[in-house]
Amino acid sequence: MQIKKCIHWIGLVGLLSVLPFCQTAFATSDAFKENIYKGETIKPVDSKLMVKVGSQAPDFTLPSVSGGKKALSQYRGKKNVVLSFVPAAWTPVCSDQWPGYNIIKDIFEKNDAILFGITVDNIPTLFAWTNQMGKLWFPVLSDFWPHGGVAKKYGVLRSDGVTERALFIIDKKGIIRYIDVHDINKRPPLENLVGALEKFNR
Amino acid sequence: MLGFLIILMLLLATLALPAVSANKPPQKGEPLPSFNLPIPKNPAEKAYLGLSGEGFFKISQIKAKVVIVEIYSMYCPFCQKDAPGINELYNLIEKNSGLKNKIKIIGIGAGNTPFEVETFKKTYQVPFPLFPDKDFTIHKACGEVRTPYFIVVKINDDGSHRIVHAQLGDYPGPEPFLDLVLKASDLK
Repeated sequence: MQIKKCIHWIGLVGLLSVLPFCQTAFATSDAFKENIYKGETIKPVDSKLMVKVGSQAPDFTLPSVSGGKKALSQYRGKKNVVLSFVPAAWTPVCSDQWPGYNIIKDIFEKNDAILFGITVDNIPTLFAWTNQMGKLWFPVLSDFWPHGGVAKKYGVLRSDGVTERALFIIDKKGIIRYIDVHDINKRPPLENLVGALEKFNR
Repeated sequence: MLGFLIILMLLLATLALPAVSANKPPQKGEPLPSFNLPIPKNPAEKAYLGLSGEGFFKISQIKAKVVIVEIYSMYCPFCQKDAPGINELYNLIEKNSGLKNKIKIIGIGAGNTPFEVETFKKTYQVPFPLFPDKDFTIHKACGEVRTPYFIVVKINDDGSHRIVHAQLGDYPGPEPFLDLVLKASDLK
């Protein structure tokens, strides 16, 4: 009994000693100066997927930060499409994700793919935020109104109105080939996405 | 027994804290936070750093008088923008026979996986060694600095070292930065 209790205590103390390291980890680029909002670690996933690998990707049309509108269907038969939903502008991990995709245009091209960056923010917010990232080669789309409408169709709209940190690969036939609804607090490792693109493109 | 164990665990926990997580960036005059890097597998990189064997090394074990450490990320726009200029700094040093064996440059990719580090290296043709810090361990030991963060470390003949310059971003270009490094480390 005494030993069992002791083990419990050791477990608890052990747990407490690692707690300070369980915060969300990110490295903010100086490009954003002090403008990145530091949030708490939150529930990793808070929505239920409405699509699955092998199913038809729901079509959508959304306004783009660079003007005009983009429809998923306009790439049917032409390009594979990667959708990168990130929770919100001006948050640490998100500010740390698309700039990486911005330097691997060649990998997307090699795999005959284009990328759509999507958040539920409105266009002016997305404009100000993505301006800090340098010139992006891929369209950034606003799923602001009806709020998170596209995210809802895919099942990645969280209960507080932001989206999951989710990646979808849709092939030229409009079929979903890869889904990664990632822990919102962490950046998906690049090799997962690139590996998936190369795998189904072989 | 129970009380003793709890006290021991708490003591160990507090002892461990400052070593792994710092609340401020490394500053001039201080030693570097304690961390290990893997000895590169690539023979050219190993030779560049003057290391041998396998396993891990500390920055102060690099065979040089001065080591410039850049904490960067593949995902950081300013690090991307500065990359060609840092390569140029490397070339300036390597072309100068008086400096070549005295100043070395390394990069540490905060939160970057080995694949992400390789992607950055390939994209910008980075000629000096880059190390992944996948779990942000080093980044945390360095007070979770914003990137890019430059640390200039002077290594003394007795193997001791100290930081002679540290700066967040604001890379002024290869010549002014080299000048700054030379002055800060008394190599000039």
